[in-house]
Amino acid sequence: MSAKVITITSGKGGVGKTTATANIGAALATMGQRVACIDADIGLRNLDVVLGLENRIVYDLVDAVEGRCRLSQAMIKDKHIPDLYLIPSAQTRDKTAVSPSDMIRICDELRPDLDWVIVDSPAGIERGFKNAIAPADEVIVITNPEVSAVRDADRIIGIVEAEEKGTPKLLINRLNPEMVKQNNMLSADDVVDLLAIHLLGIVPEDKAVLISTNQGTPITLDNKSLAGQAYQNIARRLMGEEIPLLDLDKGSGFFNRISSVFGSGD
Amino acid sequence: MDNFINRIFSKEPSSADKAKDRLRLVLINDRTDLSAAALENLKDDLLEVLSRYIHIDPKSMRIDITQEGRQQRLIADIPISGPISRKY
Repeated sequence: MSAKVITITSGKGGVGKTTATANIGAALATMGQRVACIDADIGLRNLDVVLGLENRIVYDLVDAVEGRCRLSQAMIKDKHIPDLYLIPSAQTRDKTAVSPSDMIRICDELRPDLDWVIVDSPAGIERGFKNAIAPADEVIVITNPEVSAVRDADRIIGIVEAEEKGTPKLLINRLNPEMVKQNNMLSADDVVDLLAIHLLGIVPEDKAVLISTNQGTPITLDNKSLAGQAYQNIARRLMGEEIPLLDLDKGSGFFNRISSVFGSGD
Repeated sequence: MDNFINRIFSKEPSSADKAKDRLRLVLINDRTDLSAAALENLKDDLLEVLSRYIHIDPKSMRIDITQEGRQQRLIADIPISGPISRKY
């Protein structure tokens, strides 16, 4: 077995790359897959806090690249899920500390012992992004249904294709079904129509995502949350299963009603 | 239902429709590196060349860039008013 390397990128910052990396990694690992998530945003370390592993870091990606530790020493084991590992980024260095060929070497070293390597790309189209896509077998572009995020996603898709990484798959994050219904938000169909790439999944806007991030526990471990279910479905699609898109309309209405009955709603 | 009624009685396109229309144009510009102004120049140049051979009414000429998947296509619809010789 040799791991598949997936890079998650977006162009624009703040659309949910790190949350998506943590949750896709966690969802795959709960399905019994061996997964490493790499934070490729050198100097702006974040995946560690989203996964709740910030207190366990001894060595980081740059230590491994520069030979101050073995790669296995920079792999932090997750608290909740067996076979989920984090390779944290360095906080006090910059993106020039790692090169695209370093990333390819690190991922090739990981491949034999894992099923998936998920790389969290920094925002932008510069060195950090080039580092992140260099080892990728597949690229996932994440966007929000919002003009600037979609525009940047289109630009990124063009660059990924020009770098001969194939056509990326699309993940639409923070879709608000209510606003779509009121015609005040681009629908998933609109975004797919504009970007013209394959849709891997839609993650609805969900307050539970922020709450789970506050706690350092991936939302996908919460079966009651729609966003959590969306990430589980995305992981299953990556595994080759044919899973229909969530019915977000029915979902939000039903869950809101249920949670309001039990007084635990937002 | 409210939304349905609103749409029937208002002529204003929804904000989602505006976003989509604006994005469609922006993406075409980004992908082709051709601004709306450059497209106008292209149209003028094309008109000038074609007019050496055929008679064209500039007002009836339509040139657009359309999107098919991730492929852009330049579509020119140019009605011919007649051969240039008829002018003489």
